[in-house]
Amino acid sequence: MSAVHESLSLARPHPDLSGFEKIGWAVLACGVAALIVAAFGWGSSNPKAALLTVFGLTGAGGLWVAVARNGSRTPASQNTGMMKHPATSRGIIGWVLGVVLTAFYIVLYWFPAPLENLVRMVDPLSRFLRGTDADRWFLYGTLYTFGVSVMGIRAIIKYRHSRYQIVRTASIIFFQSVFAFTLPALLRLFNQPEYYFSYFWPLKYQYLFPTEVDHLWNYPGGIGVAFVVYGLFASFILVPVLTYFFGKRWYCSWVCGCGGLANTVGDPWRQLSDKRLKAWKFERWSIHSVLVFIVVTTALLWIDSWSRGAFLGRASYYFARTYGFLVGAVWSGVVGVGFYPLMGTRVWCRFGCPQAAILGILQKYFSRFRITVNGDQCISCGNCSTYCEMGIDVKWYAQRGQNVVRASCVGCGICSTVCPRGVLNLETGPVGTRR
Amino acid sequence: MRVVIIGNGVAGVTTARHLRKRSDCEIVMISGETDYFFSRTALMYIYMGQMTFEQTKPYEDYFWEKNRIRLLRDWVAKIDFQKRTVLFSSGREELSWDRLVLALGSQSNFFGWPGQDLEGVQGLYSYQDLERMERNTEGIRRAVVLGGGLIGVEMAEMLLSRGISVTYLVRESGFSRHFLPAEESAMVSRHLRKHGVDLRLETELKEILPGAEGRVGSVVTSRGEEIPCDFVGITVGVHPNIDLVKDTDLETERGILVDEFLRTSIPDVYACGDCAQVRNPRPGRRPVEPLWYTGKLMGPVVAENILGGRREYDPGIWFNSARFFDIEYQVYGEIRPALPEERESLYWEAPGGERSIRIEFDKETGRVHGFNLMGIRYRQEVCHHWIREGASIGTVLENLGAANFDPEFFPQYEEEVVRLYNEKHPEAPVRLRRRRSFLNAFSVLTGVGR
Ligand SMILES: Cc1cc2nc3c(=O)[nH]c(=O)nc-3n(C[C@H](O)[C@H](O)[C@H](O)COP(=O)(O)OP(=O)(O)OC[C@H]3O[C@@H](n4cnc5c(N)ncnc54)[C@H](O)[C@@H]3O)c2cc1C
Ligand code: SF4
Repeated sequence: MSAVHESLSLARPHPDLSGFEKIGWAVLACGVAALIVAAFGWGSSNPKAALLTVFGLTGAGGLWVAVARNGSRTPASQNTGMMKHPATSRGIIGWVLGVVLTAFYIVLYWFPAPLENLVRMVDPLSRFLRGTDADRWFLYGTLYTFGVSVMGIRAIIKYRHSRYQIVRTASIIFFQSVFAFTLPALLRLFNQPEYYFSYFWPLKYQYLFPTEVDHLWNYPGGIGVAFVVYGLFASFILVPVLTYFFGKRWYCSWVCGCGGLANTVGDPWRQLSDKRLKAWKFERWSIHSVLVFIVVTTALLWIDSWSRGAFLGRASYYFARTYGFLVGAVWSGVVGVGFYPLMGTRVWCRFGCPQAAILGILQKYFSRFRITVNGDQCISCGNCSTYCEMGIDVKWYAQRGQNVVRASCVGCGICSTVCPRGVLNLETGPVGTRR
Repeated sequence: MRVVIIGNGVAGVTTARHLRKRSDCEIVMISGETDYFFSRTALMYIYMGQMTFEQTKPYEDYFWEKNRIRLLRDWVAKIDFQKRTVLFSSGREELSWDRLVLALGSQSNFFGWPGQDLEGVQGLYSYQDLERMERNTEGIRRAVVLGGGLIGVEMAEMLLSRGISVTYLVRESGFSRHFLPAEESAMVSRHLRKHGVDLRLETELKEILPGAEGRVGSVVTSRGEEIPCDFVGITVGVHPNIDLVKDTDLETERGILVDEFLRTSIPDVYACGDCAQVRNPRPGRRPVEPLWYTGKLMGPVVAENILGGRREYDPGIWFNSARFFDIEYQVYGEIRPALPEERESLYWEAPGGERSIRIEFDKETGRVHGFNLMGIRYRQEVCHHWIREGASIGTVLENLGAANFDPEFFPQYEEEVVRLYNEKHPEAPVRLRRRRSFLNAFSVLTGVGR
């Protein structure tokens, strides 16, 4: 009779919640509970305490979960269970989150009254940074920046084996917290026009609308003139030049706040983007339609402004209003972020953003950027396509050994990170060598 | 002309695609396994919940109709080579063919161990195996995996992802020693153990004992130990799946014998992929190479020859890749697990022992024959270029950075590889001239700006 030797294997059951991770979720839940209490009055009655409690608990809880969950997983197992978990595979939790997020945006844009107490909660921060009381947009910016920072740290933990992802995510956090949050606030503090250096026309379409240009141009002190010049420079020189050298990614996944949110807060849902050819066809129509829409709108506004309305009456005004409602609010906000847990994270960037459309055309025809495919090493496993947030069927290229040159690619680099065979690499080189 | 292809794996599909590229012939592709082509290599990711089955399909479903490739889901029961028909196990009407392509794939090896038919004992090859593994591992705690190859590692990773402990039995004295040199093999062993695998080298399976309800209860090893377990994964290699043609006129040995044009012994019948056995393989190559890449390389040759061409099958310079948990592995050219007398091997390993670069070359001429990478990505084109051109170790080391395919910002280790070489060969020191960049790779490949 042989001796019985128990297995010495040390299996760690990571798909289940570890006790350590549960603590993090509990702290996070307390943070969310505090947020609800703040929204029902505490935010107004004791803003400082509410502010510290809400952000302290959600931040600590979120980071705790990230360390417990992503920190305990090895590089190759970060996506284990993604397509089975009800939160990340359009399961019940995903639907609930989608509804909650969408509802938040609808309230924020059109029915802000319930947010009043939360706006008051961020008053202390607003006074400190901007020297004035908060409004709902400051509340939104605070939540946004906070989300990008906390979930950005999570992304760094998750992709800690890739220096590209570490550097890129750090850049996202930096641009969001400094250029899209602190700097505009400080400008306001010093009585200068609030200006976001990391957004240009046509994404920030107002920057080349006649009213805004007038407003900046005539702003006392003259700094507004510099902003107008910067805006023109960024839209028409910086964008093409940097895209030529680095591809669209320099903006979409290193600088832009929309992309930043997608790659941090949205990272758990990147796999939900639609990879079908149909979706690609729709994408080309929709994104270029939005571009045409905003170009026409801007042109009409200028014609109107020069002709003092003699020419087109109020047509341009209606164009601008429709654009602001449909594209600015419904699409980029409600659908773009609200639908994260259902349609993936780049719905806006992929189907709607006119800046992405321009960057895409430049990338496709006038850029040194491509994703290189390493010989014949592809095994068609499908990880790259699955985890592409832009819905590019990357493996379609990889399995035929063809470099990926696509207008929509934002160069997030995740395909290269998740490929189990080292097939994909983001590279730059002479334009003619891309195919 | 009607071409019937049995098997919708990568070999059959590649053949069909290339037939369609060049001709308008009628194509029928048959498989009993799944309705659509899926990536066998991705089975583990379905189990681990990283992808759905749908996401492992290399082509969207519309592809087949658009390219007029008719798909038939059925098992072929018999081939009538005289009448030129195939007969189906479902009783479906027989189908005639003008050209037949056999792309039947492999089957898992089982070596007749006592108890191997118990419930809870299985291999991993087909989609049905995956479904069975799903059932067999539900709610269990302990598993034993057998066989030091690539599918075994994947199985271990799959099981651990569900918190099932894994005892891994390997006959050899080192992990994957049949293709890995000692250092890399030791690295993988360390890595598996770090991941919690109870790796037992030089241990063979003796017998599998039943537990409750006719299920597996434990295994007995060659060392006389009895290891309790609820699941046994058998991954001791695969063999060509040729049951369908075994007792027919078709010449077979281990696999279906094919000549350099991938023709079988019967006219108008071709074989490719895992099931084909090349009669006269090129020097250094094996007659049966059960790999994803084999199907991809053979498919176009079969298609061209069916359409009247005369193209020889040339597998080119060897390459392969895999991943052992977190460690990616790539090989280009010849890397011998046991170094022959006339060869030298430059082996550099990063501190931490999870990355390495190995270059194998001729002692006398310095000619480079192969690259082995662990945890570092190298460019296939550049490595193959050097091997094909017979580049010397000096040239390769000077330009080594050009082969690096790691993403931007990743550390580059080529400087250290060169330093190591110089320590060993102070008589002819080399200086690294090229670091990682697309332009450097381009210039090595084209000679522009050399
Ligand atoms: C888990 C796993 C991981 C792997 N990983 C890698 C890897 O990383 N790299 C690598 O290079 N290789 C890998 N391989 C090997 C690789 O998948 C195979 O070499 C390749 O899929 C073989 O392709 P094929 O077209 O020759 O055969 P198959 O893909 O096996 O296709 C043959 C098809 O024919 C069908 N068939 C057979 N007989 C009949 C019949 N009588 N009637 C109807 N249909 C029939 C079969 O059901 C099957 O669907 C892996 C294999 C497995 C199982
Ligand atoms: S992840 Fe890598 S191996 Fe898998 S399909 Fe994409 S490129 Fe090919």
